Amino acid sequence: MTVAAHRPARLVPWGLALGGFVLIGVAFLVGWQLALVLAVWLALWAVNVGVAGTTAGTWAAPVLFGLTLLILWELTVRLFNVPGVILPAPTQIAVALAENTNTLRADFVQTVLKGALGGWLIGSTAGIATALLVARSDFLRRGLLPVGNFVAALPIVGTAPILVMWFGFGWESKAAVVVVMVFFPVLVNTVAGLADTTSMQRDLMRTYGASAGQDLRYLRASSALPFVFNGLKIATTLALIGAIVAEFFGSPTFGLGFRISTEVGRLNLPVVWAAIVVAAVTGSLWYGAIAMLEKRLTFWHPSQRGRR
Amino acid sequence: MTDTQISAPGAGIGRSGRVALAMRGMHHRLGPVLAVVAALIALWYLAAIPMNAQNSLMLAEREGVALTPATASERRNMSGLALTLAEPSQAVARAFAQDRPRLPSPHQVLAELWDSTVNQNVTSKRSLVRHAGITLAPTLLGFVIGSLAGIALAVGIVHSRLMDLSVMPWAIASQTIPILAIAPMIIVVLNSIGVQGVLPKAIISAYLSFFPVTVGMVKGLRAPSPSDLDLMRTWNASATRTLLSLRLPASLPYLFASLKIAVAAALVGAIVGEFPTGAVSGLGARLLAGSYYGQTVQIWSALFGAAIVAAALVAAIGLAQRVTLKRMGLS
Repeated sequence: MTVAAHRPARLVPWGLALGGFVLIGVAFLVGWQLALVLAVWLALWAVNVGVAGTTAGTWAAPVLFGLTLLILWELTVRLFNVPGVILPAPTQIAVALAENTNTLRADFVQTVLKGALGGWLIGSTAGIATALLVARSDFLRRGLLPVGNFVAALPIVGTAPILVMWFGFGWESKAAVVVVMVFFPVLVNTVAGLADTTSMQRDLMRTYGASAGQDLRYLRASSALPFVFNGLKIATTLALIGAIVAEFFGSPTFGLGFRISTEVGRLNLPVVWAAIVVAAVTGSLWYGAIAMLEKRLTFWHPSQRGRR
Repeated sequence: MTDTQISAPGAGIGRSGRVALAMRGMHHRLGPVLAVVAALIALWYLAAIPMNAQNSLMLAEREGVALTPATASERRNMSGLALTLAEPSQAVARAFAQDRPRLPSPHQVLAELWDSTVNQNVTSKRSLVRHAGITLAPTLLGFVIGSLAGIALAVGIVHSRLMDLSVMPWAIASQTIPILAIAPMIIVVLNSIGVQGVLPKAIISAYLSFFPVTVGMVKGLRAPSPSDLDLMRTWNASATRTLLSLRLPASLPYLFASLKIAVAAALVGAIVGEFPTGAVSGLGARLLAGSYYGQTVQIWSALFGAAIVAAALVAAIGLAQRVTLKRMGLS
């Protein structure tokens, strides 16, 4: 990255520009709409090439890329009259988002705050607590790590129908699915982290005459922290997936998964997309919050120092 | 295992040295794993007693056994644990062989698995092999499409600074959103324009396996050290030659690691893809049908079927990884 940043950016790639004009010309023979979409795309791309060369490129280029996608999406839908039941335009989705704020807020509270967050907290706490118990025994650690890794690769979402049967249609069953999904990734990561000390460090603690508690507090907890955060970050995405998919098997008449599956059935695609936008933004913010906490708590770790 | 010495005690007794060493290594790892698995199964049996207590006592009452909370209405509000403590012998005796238990016991699930795989004709609707095959087709198709697309995008990202700057943040951000939520929409929308069968599910699988492969491959293609890259430059190697001779071989360990994640995700995608349309065949459809009709044993056997398929897929990639890396001299 740093090496590439010092390389002087090529000013104007004339060959590419010429190729672009030829492409637009060919597209014009097919239809003016296609030519227009292509022209807009190439123009925005050219702007992005220019932006990427500047120092602001690290944040401006991805933003511009996202905007380009949105503009092309909007243009394609409008120029080619794509029916709303197949792909609604971004503006239609924004309108749906604004019109259904209250419904979506109730869905958000049900799915994210109660189901996903509740389950995530319980599952992560249980995972970390189990890991602390397991880490004391080498035998258990060697037995649980392969089993945990195996379980983490399984399609655990499939337990959703069983747990919905056990805990009813309310948010409790969604939280239970999330607990099951989150538990093993957190457990495996924490166990691996607690074991990630060198024999030198362990010997030092022993020469200090540290008790098991002090050993855990001053040595193992800090060495485990980067691993724990890794598990917690994986768990945030899994938690949202679990809470949403579990609602496909039965839920009260609100919740993001319920909203998606019913509005899809009514072919009311703008609202479906609005619900997906809510889920996506929540997922990114949640992940970002954990990543920020990680940065605050494990600032000493090489992976964090290297990023500056 | 490689650190075990060939002169280790007992290394050459009976079998060839290498086999004996492998067995010793297996023993070293297998013991704890078996212990943990046995503990989990024991826990499962134990949990089945209170979970099924309500039903056990109802069955006992039907057969005319006198119980302490005599009527069903009295028992309804009691927890499973309280019921087990009130009537331990009945609860234990009847917990493991019910028709529709809340928690089927392991041997019931195994029996159902055996019955629906070995005893059924593969063409039969009850055959789990058939359902697994129906789910496997879109899984593999989507996995191949998604992985190839992911590798292609990663090559683009590594070679173009513009793509690295603009696409990479989105590829990483996409890992943080619950992509699976759009599965119902893809299925229904493609259905409404007349695309059915394998393709919609394959698209979901491809989409789920695409991003892990992209992110893993970008890491892998950047894995060669600066001195290796400099060496290629002193040889005046073209970008293509550097890609083929240095970057791609160096990326293989990363590729296999992300392929394992991708294939597991692809299977989840194919299973979830069967939920919204009310599909009649496939592992997801078995789960759905089981939950509609309260066939718990069927749900659990479908779940274990899915687990076995997932484990087999990951193991197959692990095998390919070991063979490939060994032939390249990397492991």
